[in-house]
Amino acid sequence: MANQENITQSLARTPLYQIGVELKARFSSFGDWEMPVQYSSITKEHEAVRNNAGIFDISHLGKFTLQGKNLIDQLENLVPSDLSRLQPSQAQYTVLLNPQAGIIDDIIIYYQGLDTIGTQKVVIIVNAATTDKDKSWILTHLDIQTVEFQDHSRDKILIAVQGPKATSYLQSLVTADLTPIKAFGHLETTIFGQPAFLARTGYTGEDGFEVMVDSEIGIELWQRLYDAGVVPCGLGCRDTLRLEAAMALYGQDIDDSTTPLEAGLGWLVNLDTKGDFIGRSVLEQQKTKGVQRKLVGLQTQGRNIPRHGYSVLSSGKIVGQVTSGTFSPTLGYPIALAYVPSQLATTKQQIEVEIRGKAYPSVVVKRPFYRSQNRVTS
Amino acid sequence: MCEYPQDLRYLDTHEYVRLDGEIATIGMSEFAIEQLGDIVFLDVSEIGDAISKGGRFGTIESVKAVEEVNAPVSGTVIERNDSVIADPELISDDPYGEGWFIKVRVDDLGEIDDTLTSDEYRALVEGE
Repeated sequence: MANQENITQSLARTPLYQIGVELKARFSSFGDWEMPVQYSSITKEHEAVRNNAGIFDISHLGKFTLQGKNLIDQLENLVPSDLSRLQPSQAQYTVLLNPQAGIIDDIIIYYQGLDTIGTQKVVIIVNAATTDKDKSWILTHLDIQTVEFQDHSRDKILIAVQGPKATSYLQSLVTADLTPIKAFGHLETTIFGQPAFLARTGYTGEDGFEVMVDSEIGIELWQRLYDAGVVPCGLGCRDTLRLEAAMALYGQDIDDSTTPLEAGLGWLVNLDTKGDFIGRSVLEQQKTKGVQRKLVGLQTQGRNIPRHGYSVLSSGKIVGQVTSGTFSPTLGYPIALAYVPSQLATTKQQIEVEIRGKAYPSVVVKRPFYRSQNRVTS
Repeated sequence: MCEYPQDLRYLDTHEYVRLDGEIATIGMSEFAIEQLGDIVFLDVSEIGDAISKGGRFGTIESVKAVEEVNAPVSGTVIERNDSVIADPELISDDPYGEGWFIKVRVDDLGEIDDTLTSDEYRALVEGE
């Protein structure tokens, strides 16, 4: 039964943990972290983000700052995306690749620009469970003589403020004008007189910001947003929100054995405009020959949820696997991401998902499942 | 705080049973429903089906998890709660009242003695 998992003392807690306890959040383990799954209900929190605004403690994510000469050039080797196009105050969602073009992690690189002596600065935000792996990978592949790497994963708070009204709630607490910031834009400013990094990014499919600050400032920011009426949201609705937006979850939809071309992340791969990078030759081959399997969106009949690991069937045979699934609160029906053979990866393709021994008719649908009307452009 | 009505009996798998003569009304405890959160799906045996003590007679699914629903007693299904099957979110509003799942004509009233009392069940879940 859905009893609370046994939470051992060894799990890490963010500085916002105590606030969650006071709000009677339900906690669960996410990797090495004890994080709130929900404060009230996943559906209510989900709806708050779609219609108003929600705040998430995402301090468990890995947070790196790097600076050095030719830093962007050095990072080019680690990702399939063309970083030379990045202007200061822009960011790129991309993936770290292993030599087989498998995804080590999906990350965001925020380029902060260069100073008068040519030093380039970036912020990199990575997944929680992969923080150590990413750190050693990045350090192995950069010239540590010229690059200064700082890990703020444990000493900074990261708060996501998401939803159509997120920007106006946040605006009331910061002096910098947030309206001109485009999607994936970012800036260094101050909140309550202290340094803050604000980025117009998120993992919900809505407009909003992610804010990186010191602990005390983060706690106060959370409190002020909460007092203003922003709804505390747990990682439960973060998952239903990102899935409606068809954003991949690392370790579930993408991992070391999936390539960006298989995972529907071809838009991150710029083979024509950039030089060599780790995994390039495999991606070139896949681009020429085509991939064997592709990640697709599925809509399933009925109300049963196709969950991670369930089989996808075609003509009674197992042809693929569900990687993520939920009951979409916004759409009112079950949705899923699944790997299927490429020849079945076309919109309107009829297939089936096996749920507890029974095959449920399903159809391949366009991704994302849900698209916000309130998104700002990049 | 969750309620554990004294007139009900319970299973350690969180089903409750209310006995009225030889008719048993079966549902899920408030504690379990709260733990599951956001319920999206309920499926139970058909009218006329025989269910057996300890055996599965249905499935309840929330955004977070999917669980089997087990029979506290053996018997024959005589009624299904179509309104919560159609709209499973209603279960959490009133798990011990309008949120019941099925009614069963009980084969052997003595089986009720194998279930947990309110106090036993409360001790079990609150000790967890």
